[in-house]
Formats: sequence, structure tokens, C-alpha cells
Amino acid sequence: MIYQAGNFEVVVIGAGHAGCEAALAAARMGCKTLLCTLSMEHIALMPCNPSIGGPAKAQLVREIDALGGEMAINIDKAQIQMRTINTGKGPAVQALRAQADKQEYYREMLKTLLAQPNLDLLMAEIEDLEIKQGRVSAVITKTGARFQCQAVVITSGTYLKGRIIIGDVIYDGGPGNQFPAQKLSASLLNHGIELGRFKTGTPPRINRRSVDFSKMIEQPGDDRPLRFSFMSPRIKRPQLSCWLTHSTPRTHQIVMDNIDRAPMFTGVIKGRGPRYCPSFEDKVVRFSHKDAHQLFIEPEGRFTDEMYVQGLNTSLPEDVQIEVLKSIPGLEKVRIMRTGYAIEYDYVPPSQLKLSLEIKQIEGLFTAGQINGTSGYEEAAAQGLVAGINAALKVKEKEALILKRNESFIGVLIDDLVNKEIDEPYRLLTSRAEYRLLLRQDNADIRLTPKGREIGLVDDRRWEAFNRKMETLEDTRTLFQLNSFTPAHREAADFLKQKGSAPLKDRISWWDLLKRPEISVSDFEEMNWIEPLDEEIAEQIQIQSKYQGYIAKQQEQVKKFEKLENRKIPEEIDYDEVYGLANEARQRLKAVRPSSMGQASRITGVNPADINVLYIFLEKKRRN
Amino acid sequence: MNQDIIGAISTPPGEGGIAIVRISGEGAIEKINEVFYPKAKGKELIYQKPFTLTLGYIRDEGQGMVDEVLVSLMKSPRSYTGEDMVEINCHGGALAAKRCLERVLSLGIRLAQPGEFTQRAFLNGKIDAVQAEAVIDIIRAKTDRGLKLALKQLEGKNSQYIKSMEDNILEANMLLEASLDFSEDVGDLDYERVRELLQMSRDGIDKMLKAGELGDIYKEGISVAICGKPNVGKSSLLNALLGKERAIVTDVPGTTRDLIEEYVNIRGIPVRIIDTAGIRDTSDLVEKLGINRAKQAIKDADLIILVLDVEAGMTEEDIRIFQELENKERIILLVNKDDLLEKKIKKEDIELHFSGIDVIWASIKEDIGIQSLAEMIERKVMAGLADGEQLEFTVSLRQKELLKEAGQYIQEVLEALELVPLDCLGVDMQNALSSLGQLTGKDLKEESIDRIFREFCIGK
Repeated sequence: MIYQAGNFEVVVIGAGHAGCEAALAAARMGCKTLLCTLSMEHIALMPCNPSIGGPAKAQLVREIDALGGEMAINIDKAQIQMRTINTGKGPAVQALRAQADKQEYYREMLKTLLAQPNLDLLMAEIEDLEIKQGRVSAVITKTGARFQCQAVVITSGTYLKGRIIIGDVIYDGGPGNQFPAQKLSASLLNHGIELGRFKTGTPPRINRRSVDFSKMIEQPGDDRPLRFSFMSPRIKRPQLSCWLTHSTPRTHQIVMDNIDRAPMFTGVIKGRGPRYCPSFEDKVVRFSHKDAHQLFIEPEGRFTDEMYVQGLNTSLPEDVQIEVLKSIPGLEKVRIMRTGYAIEYDYVPPSQLKLSLEIKQIEGLFTAGQINGTSGYEEAAAQGLVAGINAALKVKEKEALILKRNESFIGVLIDDLVNKEIDEPYRLLTSRAEYRLLLRQDNADIRLTPKGREIGLVDDRRWEAFNRKMETLEDTRTLFQLNSFTPAHREAADFLKQKGSAPLKDRISWWDLLKRPEISVSDFEEMNWIEPLDEEIAEQIQIQSKYQGYIAKQQEQVKKFEKLENRKIPEEIDYDEVYGLANEARQRLKAVRPSSMGQASRITGVNPADINVLYIFLEKKRRN
Repeated sequence: MNQDIIGAISTPPGEGGIAIVRISGEGAIEKINEVFYPKAKGKELIYQKPFTLTLGYIRDEGQGMVDEVLVSLMKSPRSYTGEDMVEINCHGGALAAKRCLERVLSLGIRLAQPGEFTQRAFLNGKIDAVQAEAVIDIIRAKTDRGLKLALKQLEGKNSQYIKSMEDNILEANMLLEASLDFSEDVGDLDYERVRELLQMSRDGIDKMLKAGELGDIYKEGISVAICGKPNVGKSSLLNALLGKERAIVTDVPGTTRDLIEEYVNIRGIPVRIIDTAGIRDTSDLVEKLGINRAKQAIKDADLIILVLDVEAGMTEEDIRIFQELENKERIILLVNKDDLLEKKIKKEDIELHFSGIDVIWASIKEDIGIQSLAEMIERKVMAGLADGEQLEFTVSLRQKELLKEAGQYIQEVLEALELVPLDCLGVDMQNALSSLGQLTGKDLKEESIDRIFREFCIGK
């Protein structure tokens, strides 16, 4: 029996990383929001690696923060180790990474959700969507509750018809032995949404007390740990270490001896898995010339003995997993706490989405996270935030927020999802961003906080702090640009000599002096030429001056890019009417329905000639 | 419309009296003005009214002349495309127009895509909407066929070669990107390997460009100027090469008063031979004019045959002519009348005054040495072009532009390697990939990401 259970503006299905962001964003933007979860004990669950950040992902987390999302603040509270990766490889690829206390991450997120006005949390499995005249109107739970609503965000992760595989043991299940969502897939198919199947996997967890760390290399956190959120207090908590070990030829022999029992190779697993996250058995087979693979042993929290074995995700039978582990230096006496597994799940091929993450043919229905064929907590959270924002904007009948490739990694992520044919779980990489040098983790707030404010997600406290920072930055930049040294300046000459820097020939501004590799902002502080600067300001000045040439180069490219981006294609265009399009291009354009010429040009299968043809068609239309 | 400036040769290919290089876009007139030198003072293009013709020269990067041209101007909106337009009327024949266009492109003007002038005309409302489909047909037909043709030309027997060049740059990019996105899995960047790969792709591009020039040589030919003091047998040499009487051959010095040009096929290469007026001091006005033109022709020639005569001996005039010639490596010294018993020129004299210059001892009248001359012409033309490798490219101008562009970006990465952070290197590396990708019609950025996963064992 279905009963009327309530009326919400936005309903979010799933309370993982995408769902939490979506629900918080919608509620913070003033929408009456319901967040449904299969399990109240598994909110913001990290079922795989216990870390957040790293290259491209750190940029995402900072962008989420700059827009007023939660992930950065939450991980800053729950971190047990902070480490900056890629130092010395340039500001665009430098990336912060945190090890998380998984329990604490859950507790802190739960606290935030519970404290959020406008937001209700409900443990329920949604089995059906109600669509009326092409627009979503309600969700119905397994127990018959019907919630009327104006927008729905589905963030089902790997739960949709989830199937767990460990050797020849196969059963229906969500991550971490959760219940899967069995019925929602059928509802989506009924409403004309196409589904695909992907696979991913996770390594076994082991007991800390059974590990001999003396055979491993310690990987400590940074001495001066940085934080993700522009708003978080400085991090003072003691840092826990990770440990590095490696597989041995014996390990590989064990895998090969049991390869006939590996579901990856017996045909049991049919879903496509990610290449950047191969199973251990896959690595052994494909890279047979390597006799060692790196393995990181990472703590899963402060109050648990569970440790994650990064690099060993596997669906080998349990007995083989134990044997494999015991062949690894330091793990000779290992005791397993959780078995590794592969999981297959349904996803929505994302070419069915608009850039707002709304399903094209169903108004008000949004999808975000792994259901869109991505992998990673950060990718999920970023999409969840955008979907939540756009669900709220939909309710308010406002224009959707679409972030561009030249302003954010989030924009790159979503643009890729919609325009490219996604045939494996998608992971963001810095190399996917053509304007990487402009999309740094250090300037995420400068790029996005004004946008967050505009849509109503950035609160007064953040906005004031941001404005203060921008003012100081402007003043400091002016200070460096207006002040200069002449060759006659005694103190400067001595300083340059001591630094091994070339003596001055002409007057030089402080700004230009900073461009010399051996000179830094801290030198100006030490020489007492300037008052000590705030760390973030010093960093900005340093990057903006030193990389000015390359940054200008990228800005030039962005200008060209924007020209095409600003040429909008009317939503009602009928591609069958366009004379002269190549067949493949016509099919792809009809499927993706790009919103601009720029987007059209990035679609797989659309050639420059097709773009020209499209130009002429639009001009003809305009004149008629 | 906010569009860039485009240019292309708009007359049909092949021999013709004149060829037109057409340029369109906002600021086109100012751009062309940078390389146009009017014959009459004060007639710079920027001071000229629309719908005027101006006579002058297109200059190269130095002070040399590309061609003598007539330039017409049209101002937006009263032009074919509706934008500012310049049309350069240059001399016919593939080479002159092509050189003009190359000079124009060197100003940062983009090579127009097929049908692009017409497309702009349409977009700017100069062509009726009824004609739109005709415009599309042009674009469709020209680009599809053009792309196929260009790719076919480019690949052909050389697909392996292009593939390896592409492989090198892809691997370099892959190494760089893997070290950025997966530093913990793949470790630090192997700078030496990247340098090596980039150097190889750089060399590959140079080779292709050179092979392209070689292709051009077979298609468009070269020019050879015959020079020397009067009456040493220059015209006889021309006739010998042609195998017929063409130039008036007399014993009166100064008979050849004008340039005589003939085309001859030397070992498969179309060669334009220019017989220059005997260069000497003269007071004859007509002869003086001839001599000035001869000097220009000699300057422009790809090769120069300097003729001496053992009978007349070596005079200060010969030495002076030799010294005035630029780029000595393009000179072939032909010593005529070697069949005479009494020689006023000795081997030692030649070595003393013309050391390092290729010499052929010949007798034009007795047909001695003409064969060796042809061989030497071929050898000199090929020298440094193909490095003895069998590459058969005909590189179109667009392909050449893309190759040059890619080469430039790779060069910038090479120069910045180990000096700037890796993310900055990525900027030019990705530009190079994009230029090469346009050349071969592939998405190299995606391929490079694919390659990371293929080559490295990456994963949590």
C-alpha cells in the first residue's frame, strides 16, 4: 500500500559523498530537502581507500570548498595525516592529500547533516520514481511511503544491483556488505534511461597488530600540515604514518598458480573496470616483467586496528588473498580483518545528461557520482554539489550553474562525462585539464567563491574572509609592482650578491625581481622590505609573478576557447534539419545535444567541417 | 564578428599570368602593410583608400624581396567577405604565390580553410540565405576530399615514419603526465629520456619539412642563374643544356642584353635557367638596365653557374663577379674551352681564388662536362634536404604550418626542460600534441592518457 508521506522540494537518494553534498547544498539554498539512505550507520562511507585528495582530486576538494560545499571542512576535521604531493613540480600539480579516520569522517558528516536546517534524514530504500509529463514528481520507498517533490538527485554509488565477487563466492550486495538497491534500476529503465555496468574493487584490510613495520619504510605526514578548507583552523593534531612495502616474486607466483580461480580471468566479471585502478591479479598478468609492486599500508582510523593495503585490490578467493598477503615483507604473520572483493553495479552512461547533470529527457531528475560512471570520493562529491545546486535552482526556476573547463576541474569533469564516450569508470587527472595552470588548488577560492556567493551557498563568514583576502592580495600586488630597486641600491646589491643572483643593470620592480628563480617572497620579509605576509597571500604573489609568462600563454588559449564557448546553440535545434552534416556527427549531436559550439566541437565524432556546417545553419535560421 | 585574419591563394593552381593571395579579417590591411613596401613614397597601404591598386614589393624577413606585386584594398563592410580585405596580385606560377602566402602566414595570419571566405561572406550577410546550402556543399566537398587527400599524401609509404614521430612525442608527454598524476607509482621524471624523445621528434619534423621541400623541388623546380663576364659562353651553355639554339650567340660582348629564361628538365628536376647579361662596367643605358636585372636574378637564384673561359684567362673582373655573389655554397664554377691546348687558366689559379668551390672543366662546344654539370646540379639541390633517406612527401602548406608549429612548441619545451616546473612544460607539450593531432586527425591527448595506463602499472 502506498501512502502519502510528505512533500519536499528536493529529494536526494543516497547519502554517500555525492548525496551529502547534494542534500546540504539544496538545504542551504533554502529548499526543503529529504536525504534518503539505505543505512544510517554508513553515511559518507569510505568503502575503499582511506584518503582524500592527491593530484586533480585536491583541486576538486578545494573547488567544492570554494563554492560552499562540505568535503574539505569534513576531511580537515577527520584527517590523521596531511601530505603535499608533487612539491617542486609546479603549482598546478601540487596537491594536498589527507589520510582519513573513516569513523570520524562519518560522525562529523552526520553531525553536520543533523544540524542543517531544511534537511531531513531518512533511512529508506527508494524503489520507484514517479514521472508526470516528463517531469519528476515523487519518489516511493520500499515500505510504501510516497514523497512528493519537485526535483530528485540520485547518488546511488555502486549500490544499483550491486553484486559482490570473491573468487567463486558471488552474492548481491552493496559496498562493505551493505544491502544493494535492487529495484531502482528497473524504475530507471522504465522511464527510458539507458544503463550500463561497471566494475571496481577493493583490497583486503589487515590487523595492525599482526604487521611487522620494521620491514617497511615509514611514510610520515608533513611537518607543517596544510588544510583543505580555506575556512578551517590550522591543523595541530599529531600525524599518523603510512608504511611502504612491496610484493615479491613469490607473491606473483601465488597469483599465477591460482589464476584459474580469478574471476577477472574466468569470465565471471563482465563489467568494465578502471585501468588506473587495476586489480592486483591484473597487474601481475599484464606487467609480468616486474618482480615487485609497491604496496602502501594505511591506517583506517585512530580507534581501529584495521589497515588498508593500497595496491592490492583483488577478487581472488579468500584463501588465496591470505596466502598472497603472507608473502609480502612485514605481513608474514598477517591476520585479515576484511576480505577484498570486486563489485559490479549499474551506472547511467552520462551522455544522457545535460551539463547541469539533469537527465535530458526527465526534467528535475539529476544524477551524480558513481552512478554517472565516475570513480573516487572527490569526483562524486563534486558532482553531488553541482547536482544539488542545480536541483535547488530548478525548484527556484533559475538558470542552472554550469562550470566551464577554463574555470574549474569540476567543469572539466562534467564536460568530459557528457561529451566523451565513457567506457570505463572515469577518474579525473590533471592532464585532462587543458588549462591546468590556471586551475590550481591555491586559487580555487579566487575562481569560484564569487560564484558560490551568487547562488547563495557561500555564507557571510566565508564571504567576508574572502573579500579581506582579495583586498590584501591586491594591495600586496600593487606594493610589489610599484616598488623597485635601482643598481645604486646598496642593500639590494648586497642581498643579490649573497643570493648568487645577477647584479642589476637597470631599475627593476620588486614584481620582476620575484621572477628570478632564486628570489622568493620570504626574502623580502627577511630583509624587512615588507611586513610579514599571510601564507596564502605570499603564495599567490609568488605564483602570480613567477609563472606570469606561462599563465598569460594559457589565458591566450582560453580566449580562443571562449569564443566558441559563447556561441550558443538553441535548445530546440533539430539536427535532422541541418543540411550537410556527416552521419556520425548527426547521431552524436542528437545524442549529446550540446549547448554551445565549443561543446559541440569536443564531442567524439564531430569534425571541424561539421562545426562549419552548423555555423551556417544557425545563421540561416537566425535570418529567417 | 570577432574573427581572426585568414589568407589563402585564391586563384586556381597551375601556371598563369598572375596569382592572387587573398587576406580577410579585421586588421588585415595593417598586417599586410608590415611587409609591403610601396614603389612610390607615401603609398603605404594604411594611407590608401579602399578600391585602389598599389604597386610595390612584398619583403621577406630580411631586406630581400619576395615578389613585385599589385595590392588592392577593400574595407569592411564593402568587400566580398564583408571584412577588411587585401588582395595581393603576384606573379603567376606556383612558387611566387606560395612564397607570398608563406610570408603572409608568417605574420600570424591563419591559413584559410576550404570555403572559409565564402563562409564568412555568408555569416556577414554578404550572401543570400538561399545560397547557404551551396556554401555548405563547397565546405563539405573541399574539406572531406581535402582531408582525405592530404592524409593519403602524408601517409602513403611513410606512415611508419609519421607513426614513429608521433610515438616519440606521445611517449614524452606520457612520461611527463604520468610523473605529475601518478608520481608515487612511476617515480620522478626521466629527463634524459624525455630530452631524447623530444629531440627525435624535433628531428623527425625537420626531416619531414625538408622532405617536403624536396617534394616541392620536384613539383615546382629550382632556378639556376648562369653568370660570368661577357662572352665566356654563357648563352652557349644555356643552349647546350636546352639542346637547341635559343640565345643569340655572337662574339660581340654584350649581346645578351636581357634575361633569357628557359625551362629544362635536369634529372627529373624542373629547372628554370636564367642566362644573365654579361656583367661588366658599361655606359650603355640599355645594357645597364639588363645588368641590374641580372644582379637581382642572381640574388634570387637557387644555384649559380659562374662561367670562366681558359682562352680569355682569369681577370680581375671574374674575381669581382665571384666576390659579389652571396652564399658561396650555391656556386658551381664552370671553366669553359678546356679542350684548347693553350690554357691561360691553371688548376692552381682556381684553387687559389676559388677555394672550396665546386669546379667543372668543360668544353661546351665539344659537349664535354655537360653531363657532370647536370649531376652536380642534382647533387647540390639535394644536399642537406633529405639526408639520403627515402622520404616521399608532398607536404601541403597547411601540413607545413602544423609541422612548423609543432616543431616550435617542442623546441620551447626542449629549451625550458629542467629550467621551469613540469606543469609549465606541459603547456607547450600539449600545444605540440594538438598541432600534430590536427595533422593526423587524431586526439593525441586521449591517446597519451591511454598510454599511461598501458605502460605503467598504476593503481591503488
